[in-house]
Amino acid sequence: MAKINITVNGTTHQSDVEPRMLLVHYLRDVLGLTGTHVGCETSLCGACTVMVDGQAVKSCTMLAAQADGSTVTTIEGLAASGTLHPVQQAFWEHHGLQCGYCTPGMIMATAQILQRNPDPSEEEIRHGLEGNICRCTGYQHIVQAVRCAAKKMQTKSVASGR
Amino acid sequence: MAEKTVGKPIKRTEDPRLIQGLAHYVDDIKLPDTLHAVFLRSIYAHARIKSIDVTTAQKLPGVVAVYTGKDIAQKIGPVPCGAAIPEMKVPDHRVLATTKVYWVGHPVAMVVAENKYTARDAIDLIEVDYDELPAVVDEEKAADPKSPVIHEKFGSNIAYKLTAGEGDIEAALKAADKVVKHKILHRRLAPIAMEPRGVLARYYPGEQELTLWTSTQIPHLCRTQVALMLGIPENKLRLIAPEVGGGFGSKLNVYAEEAMLGYASMQTGRPVKWIEGRRENMQATIHGRGQTGYIEIGCKRDGTITGFRYNVFADMGSYFQLLTPAIPTLTGLMLSGCYKIPAIQMNVTATFTNKMSTDAYRGAGRPEATYVIERAMDLVAAELRMDPVELRRKNFPAPFDNNSFKTATGLFYDSGNYQAALDKALKMADYNRLREDQRKARSEGRLIGIGVSTYVEICAMGPSSAMPAGGWESATVRIEPTGKVTILTGASPHGQGEETSFAQIAADQLGVEVNDLTVIHGDTAVVQYGIGTFGSRGTAVGGTAVYLALQKLKEKAGKLAAHLLECENVSFSDGKFCPAAAKAKGASVPEPVVPVGQAPGGSLPEPNPSGKQISIQEIALAAHLAKNIPPDMEPGLSATTFFEPKNFTFPFGTHIAVVEIDPETGQVHFQRYIAVDDCGRQINPLLVHGQIHGGIVQSLGQALYEEVVYDDQGQLTTGTLMDYAVPRAAHVPWFELDSTETLSPVNPMGVKGVGEAGSIGATPAIVAAVVDAMSPFGIRHLDMPIKPENLWRIINKKAGAA
Repeated sequence: MAKINITVNGTTHQSDVEPRMLLVHYLRDVLGLTGTHVGCETSLCGACTVMVDGQAVKSCTMLAAQADGSTVTTIEGLAASGTLHPVQQAFWEHHGLQCGYCTPGMIMATAQILQRNPDPSEEEIRHGLEGNICRCTGYQHIVQAVRCAAKKMQTKSVASGR
Repeated sequence: MAEKTVGKPIKRTEDPRLIQGLAHYVDDIKLPDTLHAVFLRSIYAHARIKSIDVTTAQKLPGVVAVYTGKDIAQKIGPVPCGAAIPEMKVPDHRVLATTKVYWVGHPVAMVVAENKYTARDAIDLIEVDYDELPAVVDEEKAADPKSPVIHEKFGSNIAYKLTAGEGDIEAALKAADKVVKHKILHRRLAPIAMEPRGVLARYYPGEQELTLWTSTQIPHLCRTQVALMLGIPENKLRLIAPEVGGGFGSKLNVYAEEAMLGYASMQTGRPVKWIEGRRENMQATIHGRGQTGYIEIGCKRDGTITGFRYNVFADMGSYFQLLTPAIPTLTGLMLSGCYKIPAIQMNVTATFTNKMSTDAYRGAGRPEATYVIERAMDLVAAELRMDPVELRRKNFPAPFDNNSFKTATGLFYDSGNYQAALDKALKMADYNRLREDQRKARSEGRLIGIGVSTYVEICAMGPSSAMPAGGWESATVRIEPTGKVTILTGASPHGQGEETSFAQIAADQLGVEVNDLTVIHGDTAVVQYGIGTFGSRGTAVGGTAVYLALQKLKEKAGKLAAHLLECENVSFSDGKFCPAAAKAKGASVPEPVVPVGQAPGGSLPEPNPSGKQISIQEIALAAHLAKNIPPDMEPGLSATTFFEPKNFTFPFGTHIAVVEIDPETGQVHFQRYIAVDDCGRQINPLLVHGQIHGGIVQSLGQALYEEVVYDDQGQLTTGTLMDYAVPRAAHVPWFELDSTETLSPVNPMGVKGVGEAGSIGATPAIVAAVVDAMSPFGIRHLDMPIKPENLWRIINKKAGAA
């Protein structure tokens, strides 16, 4: 067994895990954070995307042991203090989801895109989401949601003087 | 006053749980003491099982049970097929293979263990000794008498043969000035719902009650069938479809794993869970399409179509799943497209192959029909050197209503105005200008193509007489004592947003806020029997059931209101009942009461003889308290309806794709994509757009990327998402959408349905655009998926020859 020390959504956990345990299984089965989904097992669909030390990572191809000492944010940790994150709000407003299964990963990937590029073009958004598959929406409403989220976040950062 | 919401693009009420990761799909439901199941699946397409040795696997610490086909052969009934075709051969489809394996992915054994890692380890310890047999892979060659036979007792691989259609096809083709013939392929597709299948089973031996959580589109039908398979009373099986992460037809089924999990829980006395991996999903969840067809279309010199014949080999796979043999019959029904064709014939040869079963994938047989008739129209246009739009228009029926357009496939289309949708799309695209630009571009050596598809689909499945297990849908509407409204629908959705759209229907009818409503679905212990969500039926059939239940409920509420208001008749608006007796009888209406202190010039209250009104929510409370209700009235306020549609509905539209092909790489770039769809009344246009976008992208995948490939040995070479190309955001253009609205006469709201429109209407438009772009090379047809490599080869061979 491997001992790991990991901070998830602000709470620190110490766990003994099988060395082969995937991060996504640790999050879902050990911590009960089932918002992160498994869609493909080959890191192609992006449903399992979480933030590890600020980087969007596909948690189905990372071992829990590799995340030892890391800070992880999952979809459950995005809505700080009970207020929806602007990306979550935008997905809701623009009907950027249907069955919702890819959505947590899409939202985490979007958060990363906007961290790196606060004002992405349509092409940049579509390129940025290349690691995430949605089978329901046809992506158009997702693209609109990302644009909307970008606007919301810019307004917010202007308002907060950043 | 609650604002009217039908027709408005309101946000979905189901989204807050989904965007926060708080929803519960099957794998998110955790029960204490749960065991985990993993299946061992065949690595061969066709082989005899000589022996299976599970002893080592059983000894692995943590393994609780290992089951093989022989263990359960007498315990679990066959996987059901709900479709019947005269003289069709039905293989005995056992949940685990017994003597032979028939496809790569065929379940051979199941391990149940304390955790999923152990179960997975144990799978590798099972030894199966196979005797490999030659595989049957091609659906056309399967019919060859020299082909190896999959199910020996049938003597051949032909599952059934069927001829359908009306009119004298021989005479029609003879009378034609030209007959155009072509071979058309519809490759196998994988539905790829993002949530793979999954089952959690829990058996309570004391109560003798089995609960199954399964990712399904048809909770009630699935419960009936699994109860029969397990031999337990149907009312001792509770089936729950929790949050379902997409289906596209792949979960409109009853699978071996659902019964196996129930059985394992009954045997072990503990909850047992199985979650399908994506590789399993590619191998052992149904595929769609899979037809090799030959078209013959007859036309006059002026473009009038005289007759259409489709001879097709339909790939069944090795076993029937729930609707496998029925899918090609849907193709036959829609071969007339949106055209007047006096004679139509379809000849199906359905064959068994060593592959996973085909079944309903978004569109289910109708995309094949639309694709062949639209390709046929384009081939005729090319032959006659006519504009494809002009040819289509020439063969449209005049706008019609009242179920009055009869086709030579035996259908009466409900209503249609194909010209209006076409005109709108042409205008949006500026079609003439597009053609001019295309000519110009061609003269510069650029490869620009314009593809037009005018489609019609058969939806709102459907009248029960035409369905294997009932085509009706159910709804219960209940107003609780606190005034909150509960809707129970049998049409269990899986991403369509019916929790919102059904609430919109009810909110408008009852004059209450959408937030006062809850739509419950998917739990057979809570919801009355229903059929499910598929075949674009959710709103047109399920929504209609809700609408009719609301009328029933309002009728009762009205009677109670009249009783409480002490009047004979009441009127209902904005959620409130008022006496209407005076008005109705034409008696004198008392002067309106002007509240003291208000100027007469201000807004006046409505005429109200007794000065009283009562809200429907107050009525609900009175009905539950039951202290003052009419003597002949039952307490409570709830109504249930089972709506049986008298006909299908026939949504339609026009899609236009404009593409440019890069001659260097063969890449297809979309310049524009225009779609005008007519799905009748739209309850929520935002959701309608979402359905159309998603459908178009599945079409785009089919046209350009997707194909389930089995090699000559029947090995699945597209076994992961590495090898099976699902479109991603960067593959997809911006869609320009609009709609026309032709109400359906089949249901009171005039809804036609929209779930499959994109996946039916778009494929032919995209293929036509690519073919059109390639027409300078003499190309008239290309088979899907049209990969860059195909195009590059054509372009370069020609360039080399020139």
